[in-house]
Amino acid sequence: MSSEHHSAHHDHSHDDTHHQQSFWSQYVFSTDHKIIGIQYLFMSLFFLFFGFCLMLLMRWQIAYPGHPLPIIGKMFGADSMPNGVMLPEFYNQLGAMHGTIMVFLGVVPLGFAVFGNYLIPLQIGAKDMAFPRLNMFSYWSFLAGGMLMLSSFFLPNGPASNGWTSYSPLSDIAHDGQTIWLFSMAIIIISSLLSSLNFITTIFNLRAPGMTFERLPFFIWAQLITAFLLLLAFPPLEGAAFLQLCDRLLGTSFFLPTGLFVNGHIANISGGGNALLWQHLFWFLGHPEVYVIILPALGIVTEIIACNTRKSIAGFGMMRWSIIFLGFLSFVVWSHHTYLTGMGTNITAFFQTTTMIISIPSVIIVSALFITLWGGSIRFNVPMLFALAFLPMFGFGGLTGLPLGLAATDIPLHDTYYVIGHFHYVVAPGVVLGLFAGIYYWFPKATGRKMNEFLGHLHFWPTLITMNLVFFPMLIQGLMGLNRRMYDGGATYAFNHDILYWNVVISSAAWVMALAQLPFIFNFFYSMFNGEKVNSDNPWQSATLEWATPTPPGHGNFTHPITVYRDPYSYSLPGAPKDYSPQDQKEI
Amino acid sequence: MDNILQKLLPMQPLASVEGRDNDTLMYLIHGLVLVLFVGWAIYYIVVLIKFRETKNSKAAESHVAHTVSSYVEWFVVVAEIVLLFAFSIPFWAVHQASVPEGKNIMEVKVVAQQFAWNVHYAGPDGRFGRASARFLEDNPLGLDPSDPDGKDDITTMNQVYLPVNKTVIFRLTSKDVIHSFGVPAMRVKQDIIPGMTTSAWFTPNKIGQYEIACSQLCGVGHYRMRGIINVVAQADFDQWIAQNKGIHD
Repeated sequence: MSSEHHSAHHDHSHDDTHHQQSFWSQYVFSTDHKIIGIQYLFMSLFFLFFGFCLMLLMRWQIAYPGHPLPIIGKMFGADSMPNGVMLPEFYNQLGAMHGTIMVFLGVVPLGFAVFGNYLIPLQIGAKDMAFPRLNMFSYWSFLAGGMLMLSSFFLPNGPASNGWTSYSPLSDIAHDGQTIWLFSMAIIIISSLLSSLNFITTIFNLRAPGMTFERLPFFIWAQLITAFLLLLAFPPLEGAAFLQLCDRLLGTSFFLPTGLFVNGHIANISGGGNALLWQHLFWFLGHPEVYVIILPALGIVTEIIACNTRKSIAGFGMMRWSIIFLGFLSFVVWSHHTYLTGMGTNITAFFQTTTMIISIPSVIIVSALFITLWGGSIRFNVPMLFALAFLPMFGFGGLTGLPLGLAATDIPLHDTYYVIGHFHYVVAPGVVLGLFAGIYYWFPKATGRKMNEFLGHLHFWPTLITMNLVFFPMLIQGLMGLNRRMYDGGATYAFNHDILYWNVVISSAAWVMALAQLPFIFNFFYSMFNGEKVNSDNPWQSATLEWATPTPPGHGNFTHPITVYRDPYSYSLPGAPKDYSPQDQKEI
Repeated sequence: MDNILQKLLPMQPLASVEGRDNDTLMYLIHGLVLVLFVGWAIYYIVVLIKFRETKNSKAAESHVAHTVSSYVEWFVVVAEIVLLFAFSIPFWAVHQASVPEGKNIMEVKVVAQQFAWNVHYAGPDGRFGRASARFLEDNPLGLDPSDPDGKDDITTMNQVYLPVNKTVIFRLTSKDVIHSFGVPAMRVKQDIIPGMTTSAWFTPNKIGQYEIACSQLCGVGHYRMRGIINVVAQADFDQWIAQNKGIHD
């Protein structure tokens, strides 16, 4: 770790390792948190794109039900798309896999595992994670779980087809794809649990001298709360997955009531179970999972906004308390997903009230970011554009959650496209744009090169516009009563006929959105090797610690011992010579 | 007024008495959403123009006072309390968690299965025949042929007949997986969980045909699990009962 080996212009981090490592141990079976983060990045972007493509297929069937899909349709087999026409079985499989892959293999790994792995040690001034080998194990089990999930597409009956929520008894009596779904979920959950243990230990124990909890960047706070949510919420789903596996493979009836009559025969089961138990175990994970999706993106956006307004974050202390409060509350709102299962007034009153309360810390956090902008010197670079788009889109997603959070208005809206529109506003133009912001922002640290600005704009504007064209009409369709998970896009029902034209609008916008991702994919790979080199270790002139490392950071990260002297968002301090004062510099 | 609201917030034409309260809350909560979003959006656009780097090259050293945003937060808190305690919770208590009682109320049993609605009327005697899983292989509702109460019962598949302006309670059960009894025009939706009996009720106030849409994924035929509610005049309904007693189709 001698500092003379490091300089800003030094491109090859592997020159700086303690000892020569083989290609395999350095880039494939690596224990370095940065390499693991980048491995997660490639895989989660792949899954994100794959899950998105599943939806592009479904959107054809929704827009033009029963019409053969041109060209591509012929490439599928007779048991999924005979003559290019999608079967309902295949539609349901695509729906279940879209949700599962996007949530568990795409967005969550991208927000939590990619940015958490890459940035936590860098931002707290540590050499690596607390348990580097465990970290490697997390990645490989994630990959194994993901590959197992994909492999279920090759089963004779296809993959799981019961929605990403896998409600019993439908999932209990479903074909083999569901078994593979349960096994791969179990492996993915193990990966998440180990990561969260690692992140929590690292944040608690490996902070550099002077890095108090008050001086931790908000991104680290967000990762810490996310890790706790995963650690506490995933075990119930792990347990539930095992119970459903037992129902399927060992003849138990945890989720199967007595007297089921399936396909013209009395089901050969012992009975005595409860179908609702699954929903409660699932949503006990499911709602904290929403915050697992949101918080990392919120952390990323906060970092980018502070840096690109050249201001400290307004009400930073309040934001920390809000996110802690949010974390606790996210464990007591889960049943707003199950209002219609026959709940009494007291239970719904409780869950409606907690759901309304949880909107308050969210409003505080978003307001704090809005207030931060006031008086700033706002730089409109590409990462900032994405971060700025996150705020209103995420805000709108949150607001459309209010009608669903009130049990009374949930009655007509439950299981309609309104729900789809709402949570996609949170996740797609919200979280995914926030994650894109993070990729554009930290790309120069990881590669030493900037992503192209023009291509960044070409990615940003069409994506923002098409996302709104996709998700806003869904809210209208949902208000009109169009149900989700409809193989024919709702064409069976007369009451949907006035709103079916939106299906074509939405699908077309989704396909344009796919085209809008091409500039990003090209930019990502092209800039890695041919992008404009950064001429500083700190190209955005940020105050946080990750920019105090060489570019890209070598094994062990920092070239000198780090001591932290001030807040993470020390921008435009009175009397400072520059408009940013790095956390590790003694003099401002 | 109703026309303007319908344009702004399109919903299915309402056909039940109870749905009115639900629509009122729907307008109010979306009003709150609109006010908050538009307010924030205006602020946002102003800030982004006013404080862009080319216009404001040096950032302020401190933040603006928080008074406006704390007003906004308190406004949100108060609005949510009102919507919750004055509208949503009472609505649930009256319309969803309890069923009305009294003489002028009709009861219909619905047994959901993959992918159809079996409807069961008590017939002229007002008493439902006994049903048991033992007979499910003989008839879709498992009616016991030896029960005299069941002799005049009427069963239909996917067709419900209701007299206008009379409250009807549906007793909902499922034979196989979870379904959901959704009737958009009546603002009614209720999950049907195997092993449990749930209830839904409303008072139709317009003659016409309305669709029941299964609203929980129940398998490959979920999208076509469609039922029809025929709301007819009381006289027509009485005639239908008289003509169909004891008929199972």
